Amino acid sequence: MAATVIKNGYVFDPLNGIDGEVKDVFIKDGKVVVSLTGAEERDAKVINASGKTVMAGGVDSHSHVAGSKVNAGRLMRPEDHYKSVRRKTDITHSGSGFTVPSVYKQGYDYAAMGYTTVFEAAMPPLEARHTHEEMRSTPILDMGAYLVFGNNWFIMRYLKKGDVDKAAAYVAWMMRTHKAYGIKCVNPAGVENWGWAKNVNGLDEPNIHFEVTPREIIRGLAEVNEMLGLPMSLHLHANNLGHPGNWEIARDSLMITSGLEPMSKTELEWAQTTESAKRRQTIYLAHAQFSAYGGTSWRDFCSGAPGLANYINKVDNVVIDSGSVPFGPATTMTGDGPAQHDLYVLTGQKWSNCDVEMECGSGILPLVYLKSSPVHSVQWAIGLEVMLLVKDPWKTIMTTDHPNGGIFTQYPQVMTWLMSKKARDDTAKESHKWAYDRSSLGGVERELNLYEIAILTRANPARTIGMAHRKGHLGIGADGDVTVYDLDPTRLDVNDPETLKQKFSLPEYTVKDGQIVARLGEVVAVPEGRRYYCRTYVDEALEKEMLADVKEWFKYYTVGFSNYPVPDKYLKNPVPIQVNKPLEAVLRR
Amino acid sequence: MAEIVLKPKGNIGITVEAEVIRPDMLVMKKMGEIEGLQVWQGSEQLPLGEFFDVELTGMGSPEETTIVIDGDVSRVKYIGKGMKAGKIEIHGAAGMHVGAEMAGGSIRVHGDAGSWAGMEMKGGLLQILGSAGDHVGSAYRGSWRGMTGGQILIEGNAHSQVGGGLAGGQIVIGGNVENFCAIRQNGGLILIKGNAIRGLGAEMTGGTVAILGSIRQFTPGFVEIGPEENPELGDLQLEGRFVKFSGDFAIHKNPKGLLYWKEG
Repeated sequence: MAATVIKNGYVFDPLNGIDGEVKDVFIKDGKVVVSLTGAEERDAKVINASGKTVMAGGVDSHSHVAGSKVNAGRLMRPEDHYKSVRRKTDITHSGSGFTVPSVYKQGYDYAAMGYTTVFEAAMPPLEARHTHEEMRSTPILDMGAYLVFGNNWFIMRYLKKGDVDKAAAYVAWMMRTHKAYGIKCVNPAGVENWGWAKNVNGLDEPNIHFEVTPREIIRGLAEVNEMLGLPMSLHLHANNLGHPGNWEIARDSLMITSGLEPMSKTELEWAQTTESAKRRQTIYLAHAQFSAYGGTSWRDFCSGAPGLANYINKVDNVVIDSGSVPFGPATTMTGDGPAQHDLYVLTGQKWSNCDVEMECGSGILPLVYLKSSPVHSVQWAIGLEVMLLVKDPWKTIMTTDHPNGGIFTQYPQVMTWLMSKKARDDTAKESHKWAYDRSSLGGVERELNLYEIAILTRANPARTIGMAHRKGHLGIGADGDVTVYDLDPTRLDVNDPETLKQKFSLPEYTVKDGQIVARLGEVVAVPEGRRYYCRTYVDEALEKEMLADVKEWFKYYTVGFSNYPVPDKYLKNPVPIQVNKPLEAVLRR
Repeated sequence: MAEIVLKPKGNIGITVEAEVIRPDMLVMKKMGEIEGLQVWQGSEQLPLGEFFDVELTGMGSPEETTIVIDGDVSRVKYIGKGMKAGKIEIHGAAGMHVGAEMAGGSIRVHGDAGSWAGMEMKGGLLQILGSAGDHVGSAYRGSWRGMTGGQILIEGNAHSQVGGGLAGGQIVIGGNVENFCAIRQNGGLILIKGNAIRGLGAEMTGGTVAILGSIRQFTPGFVEIGPEENPELGDLQLEGRFVKFSGDFAIHKNPKGLLYWKEG
C-alpha cells in the first residue's frame, strides 16, 4: 500500500504531549512512522493540512451499535427509519435509521464524522452471536464488545460464596467463548430482581435468591478484572440509574474499587507515546449523566453532578463517560430492565422488555428530549457538567451513550458546547429555565480547547479501554487513523458555535490505516474493520472445575452447551488480545 | 392562474413514486422541465414525461395553480405529498399516500384512493369522492403522532385505522369504517356516518369520535357518561340522540377521549 503524508497540519496528540504543533504525519503500511524515504514520499498520497486541525481518528468507548437490543430498537421503530435514509453509491450500501441506523449507515456515518473505532457497550452472552454478526457487517470501523456480567447466575453464585478465583475462571472462559473485550456490569443484583418485578435500592441490599449485594458484585468483578489483567477496567452502569437523587449511590459505587491496582497482563506491542498509554482506573463509570441526579423526585429534580465531580476530582482510579443529552429524538436501550420499566411508567411510550435467561435483561423505549421539558433541560446541563466540573480531562470521555442520551451524529454539537460558553448560554436561553436554575452549568466559565477535546474524544477513550497501544494517538507504531478538521486553531472563534459544529460534523478527511475513507461527509473507501477481543486464560485445572459447575447448570439454558460459543467464522479480521498464556498457570489456588 | 393537465399515458406496472406532482414543484416551469422531473419506479429513476402527457396553460404562483390529472393514477403514489398551496383535481382513482403530510391547499379525488391518504396531514383539504384504503389521516407505522390539522372528507368507505394517532383536524367518513378507527387518537375529531367493525377508539386518550351507524364489537375500555341530544362537536352540529362515552380506560387512568354513538 502506498504511503500517506498529512502535511503541515496543527497536530493535537495528547498522548504524545503535542498541542497544536505544525507537523507532518507519515503513515506506511497502515502505521504511523517517523519518516518516509525519498522514493516512498514521491509515491505517497499527500494530504495538505496546512491551516487545519489534525487529530487521531475518533474513538468511541461506549455506544450501542450492535446486537439484539439494538436491532429490536430498529424493528420497533419504523417511524425512525422512513425519513432518514442513506442512498447507495457505487461503493456503499443503502441504509436507514435516525436514532438507530442500520449497520451500514452506522459505519459510514461514524467514519464520515471522523471516528474510526467504536466499542459496543453491552453484549449479553446469549446474544453474542447476533452482536458479532452485526459487527461483522459494520463497514470501516474497528470494533469490540463488552460482555454483560453483573447479574449472571454463575458470577452471583461464586461471588456469594466468595470464590473470586472461580469467578475469574468463568469470566476468562466466557470472554474467550463469546469473543468479548471487557467486563460490563449493569445495575448489579438489580436486573436479577427484575425477574420478580423488583429492583435493588442500595449497595448493601441483597437480591432475591442469590442474596448477593451490588457492592459484592462490583468489588468481585473488579477484583476478577485485575486478577485476570484485562486491558480495560470494569465498566459499570450504576444502580438506581435514571432516578432522582442517585448521584450518591454512583459516588459510593466508585469508592468500591479503591485500593485495587490496575493490572494488565496482556502481551501487546505498544506504539510510542510520551505520556503513559496505560490505564490508571480500576472502574470506568458509564454515562455519568444518568447517574448524577439530585433531588428526591421529579418535582425537586436537580443536578447532582457537582457532588459526583467533587469525588472524582479527589481520586485517581476513576474514569467516566458523559452520556450527554443533546436534545432531540433518542431511543433508550439498556440492559437495565427495571430502569426502562420506570421510564415506561413515566412516559407511557411504547416499550420492549427482554429477559436474557440466566444472564441479564434489557429494555427499549423511544424518547424525545425536549428543550421545553424541565427535566430534559436539567439532563442536558448535567451531561455537560460531568465533563466540565471534573478538572482532569483524563478522567472524562465524551459520549451520548448513543442512542440513549442522544445519537452519535450529535457529538459535534456536544463538542461545541464544551468549547463555547456562548453556545451553552444560547441553548440554555432556548431551554426550560431549570437548565441553569437546577444545575451549576450557568456558572461554569470553562471552555475546553482542542487539546482537551482530543483527550475526551480520542486519547482517553482509547487509554481507558486499553486500546492506546495502537489507537487514540499518532505516536510511532500507532494505527494510521487520522481526522483532519477544517479548523484553523490560530483563528478559532468559539463564539461562532454554528461554524464550529459544522466543521466537527464534516471533517475534511477521515483516514483509516493510512487510507482516506471519508472526505467532507462522503464515504470514498470501505475497508473492513477489525474485531478486538480478549483471549483470556487461567489455570487449566481451575477452568476444568469451573466448567463442571457450568455444565451442571447448563440444563437451565434454552441452548445446548456446544451451541453456546461464538464460532470463529462470526468474526471478520479478528484481533485476539492474549491475556495470560494458556499453559503457564498464572492463577493458582 | 395556471393549469397543468397530466394525462396518464397508459397502464403503469411497478408503482411510481411521484411526490413531484404538487403545485409548487410544477409551477413556473416550462413543459420540458415538467416532463423531465425525475420520479422513482422501483429501483429506477425516470422522467415524469415517461408516464404522463403534460399540458400547460398560464403561469402563476402555487396558490393560483391547479393540477388536473385526467385518468386513473391508482399506481402513482405520493401525489400532493407535503403540498402547501394550490389545487389538485384527480379525475380517476389515486394511489397510496395521496396528500400525505400536506399542509395547505386542496386535493379532490373523483374516485377511490389507496391507503395512507392524508397521512400525518397538517393542514388543507383532502376530499375523496369514492372510498379509501387503510390508515386515512393516520400516523406512519410505529408513530403515535398522526394528523395534526386540516380536513379529510371521504364520501365512501374507509378501511382500518382511520385517524390513527389523530392529534388535530377533522376526518369525516360518509360510509363505513372497519377496524381500529381512531386508535391512539389524542385530539381532533372523527365523524363516521356509517358503521364500524371493532376497536373504535382503542387506546384513545383525547379528541372526539362520533358514529351514526352500528358498531359490531364495542371497545371494552369505554365508560358511559350519559345521553346527549344534538351534540355540537366543534363546527359540526349532529342531529338526534347520542350516548356519550369516555375512554379508553384500558390505556390511561384519566383518559380525555370522547365517543358519541347515535341511538337507534
